[in-house]
Amino acid sequence: MDLRFTPEEIAFRDELRRFFRSEIPAEIRRKVAEGRHLSKEDIVTSQRILHAHGLATPNWPVAWGGKDWSPVQRYIFTEELQRAAVPLPLQFNVFMVGPVIAAFGSEEQKRRFLPATASLDIWWCQGFSEPGAGSDLASLKTRAEKRDGKYVVSGQKAWTTLGQHADWIFCLVRTDREAKKQRGISFLLIDMKSPGITVRPVLTIDGSHEVNEVFFDEVEVPAENLVGEENKGWDYAKFLLANERTGIARIGMSKQRIARAKRLARDTEANGRSLWADPDLRRRVAAIEVELKALEITQMRVVAAQRQRDADKPDPASSILKIKGSELQQATTELLLDIAGPYAQPAPEHEEGRNEPDGDGLDAIAPLYFNARKVSIYGGSNEIQRNIIAKAFLGL
Amino acid sequence: MDFDLTDEQRLLKDSVDRLIADAYGDFEKRKRHQSGPGGYSHELWSNFAELGLLALPFPEEEGGIGGGPVETMLVMEAIGRGLVVEPYLDTVVLGGGFLRCGGTAAMRAELMPQIADGTLTLALAQLEPHSRYCLNDVVTTARREGDAFVLNGRKVAVLHGDSAGRLVVSTRTAGARADRHGITLFLLDAAAPGVTRRGMPTQDGLRAADIQLEEVRVPAADILGEVDHGLALLEQVVDIALAALCAEAVGVMEDLQRSTVDYLKTRQQFGVPIGSFQALQHRAADMLVAVEQARSMALYAAMMAEEPDPALRRPALSAAKVQINQSARKVGQEAVQLQGGIAMTFEYKAGHAFKRLAMIEKTFGDTDHHLNAVSEADSLVEAE
Ligand SMILES: Cc1cc2nc3c(=O)[nH]c(=O)nc-3n(C[C@H](O)[C@H](O)[C@H](O)COP(=O)(O)OP(=O)(O)OC[C@H]3O[C@@H](n4cnc5c(N)ncnc54)[C@H](O)[C@@H]3O)c2cc1C
Repeated sequence: MDLRFTPEEIAFRDELRRFFRSEIPAEIRRKVAEGRHLSKEDIVTSQRILHAHGLATPNWPVAWGGKDWSPVQRYIFTEELQRAAVPLPLQFNVFMVGPVIAAFGSEEQKRRFLPATASLDIWWCQGFSEPGAGSDLASLKTRAEKRDGKYVVSGQKAWTTLGQHADWIFCLVRTDREAKKQRGISFLLIDMKSPGITVRPVLTIDGSHEVNEVFFDEVEVPAENLVGEENKGWDYAKFLLANERTGIARIGMSKQRIARAKRLARDTEANGRSLWADPDLRRRVAAIEVELKALEITQMRVVAAQRQRDADKPDPASSILKIKGSELQQATTELLLDIAGPYAQPAPEHEEGRNEPDGDGLDAIAPLYFNARKVSIYGGSNEIQRNIIAKAFLGL
Repeated sequence: MDFDLTDEQRLLKDSVDRLIADAYGDFEKRKRHQSGPGGYSHELWSNFAELGLLALPFPEEEGGIGGGPVETMLVMEAIGRGLVVEPYLDTVVLGGGFLRCGGTAAMRAELMPQIADGTLTLALAQLEPHSRYCLNDVVTTARREGDAFVLNGRKVAVLHGDSAGRLVVSTRTAGARADRHGITLFLLDAAAPGVTRRGMPTQDGLRAADIQLEEVRVPAADILGEVDHGLALLEQVVDIALAALCAEAVGVMEDLQRSTVDYLKTRQQFGVPIGSFQALQHRAADMLVAVEQARSMALYAAMMAEEPDPALRRPALSAAKVQINQSARKVGQEAVQLQGGIAMTFEYKAGHAFKRLAMIEKTFGDTDHHLNAVSEADSLVEAE
């Protein structure tokens, strides 16, 4: 056992550090660093650069463009990407539907979807939650009936993140209404251009258009768009959700925010000295750093253990990463808010919408704090994660 | 000790609650009020005037209602519950406070009636780009020229400063940047030559302005309080506003507590109301504890707001703000968490209440600032 990086790992890290900073446009990284919303173009541009260098989907099977990296290399990759404020590759593509298709899809589906999913020629969104099926996801009602070799889908999805940009949506639909909740669910891939689909925007509390409602009215879906077996969708969803949870930890992003908080505190005057001279503030930051270090090692342990398990069986420890990772992300946005203090109040309107960087970016801090409350709600709320831990780990 | 309201206070509370319930009960209406000139409803402002609310703190012999901190508390709680966007704190509590505590007879005679009838609104231009929470960190200057003063400087995040007719401005007339001595307050006409205002929304749906003062001439007659001795007056009125802000926060929290409990009772998941899960019951119970602690300190703040001895008054108000801030953070975050995704949407009131609480925390001192003040005063519990 050795927790230090080898010289090769250090070289790997340094190369990524250089790559991210020299190849991904600085304006895009600045938006990420300040926690501003990215345009569709920003996300596509950044992911295509990664993809051109074979770095968009390192977590996928090697045959489909993944990397045969060690857990440490994977860890370093994610950490450096986030530390450099590079936009995360689109999560729906890279961490959700891609791995599901790679693990459970047909050869035809893999050929058809995986390359375009990696290059972001297809933009995916996630159609799981519904108005009546939030924490209790398995109670979902959107139904798909088999008619003349097609599925006909009717119902409503809620909270569809970035659905306004999406070409395709992966959905959980009910294909058997008689079976027990989890049993009658299937995993369907649906073209967003299909007749009968309506997308309605929903603004989040920071005033941004991030989520949508998606309505399905007798939408015809070819039978070959079913992933895996009919009525086995819940198994694939559990696999996907565990990947989603692990991805929510975002340790590198929290580190980037702490680094920014320290710089802002240094540059902020309070009672005639630098705010960073305040021992209470420094202790508070240190406490977050300590927890983050612990989570970092926990994350590596989870990734390492994952290798010894079956590829399609995720570790329930992803719940630990989800809880702690989201709490620490929220702690860093709180820290930024407290440092910005009274200067966080104004919300000046920028000429090109709210994404125009301006000075120290203090105007984006309160929206970041507000928006970050979602991370303990989505991906299975932190309460649901505790239920999973109690049940799966503790046998309670 | 008596926590009961008098008959008049109960009448006041009933009528204010009714007014706010009518104007804000349906949350959609808030958006309409926000779209009015200056970001609030002028019609509603007239209703405030008709009820006498805009004359609340003024002495009866000057045409006012003669209300004290308890009356202000009742109004501010209702304002909090409704997430009211009208400039009551700025105009009546702060502006009215400066006139009442430091205005000349001429100013009072001229301006109090205009405030009372709703034609004049005020704003406090105090925060500077580097002053943070320190009221005596002032670099905006005022230099004497004959019987006038000439002001230069920049004030930021001036709440409702874009629509106010007059601005209370803190300036330095003597001493170094953070000296307590040498601060002078002016009541200046917002339309005076040399005043440039850039209005903008705030994160919680109110309005603010960035104000540039360039060679602004103000007659000496427009000084509030005494030259070089403005800080005591500024602190006195900010303390009155702190008490009001505490009451507003309690109103916001009370409403969040209610909507959270309603959601827990009605939202069904796993075939049962989610309020049947004990994990959530305990969280809701802790929210209630936090709201009640805050309410107690808002009462304490109201009782101490008019205490003339600053050595007693200031630490008391700081203590209240600490509790309010801590409860506000907890209640705001928990209300969003327990109501799930819906509380993350712009359409739903809870998210806006959460945002208002976050901004109240940052108004006139955050938790650290006031904890320092409490610990420096070292007066809540004496050492053995
Ligand atoms: C910004 C945002 C983006 C999202 N993006 C997507 C997306 O792209 N695709 C998608 O499918 N979904 C998405 N979601 C939906 C998200 O997964 C749900 O919001 C989440 O599952 C919670 O459901 P709910 O909002 O209905 O809350 P509810 O289920 O109503 O929960 C309310 C509260 O009750 C608690 N609770 C519920 N059940 C229990 C229990 N058994 N024990 C203890 N506590 C419990 C919850 O933890 C929560 O605190 C998004 C949500 C948000 C806010």
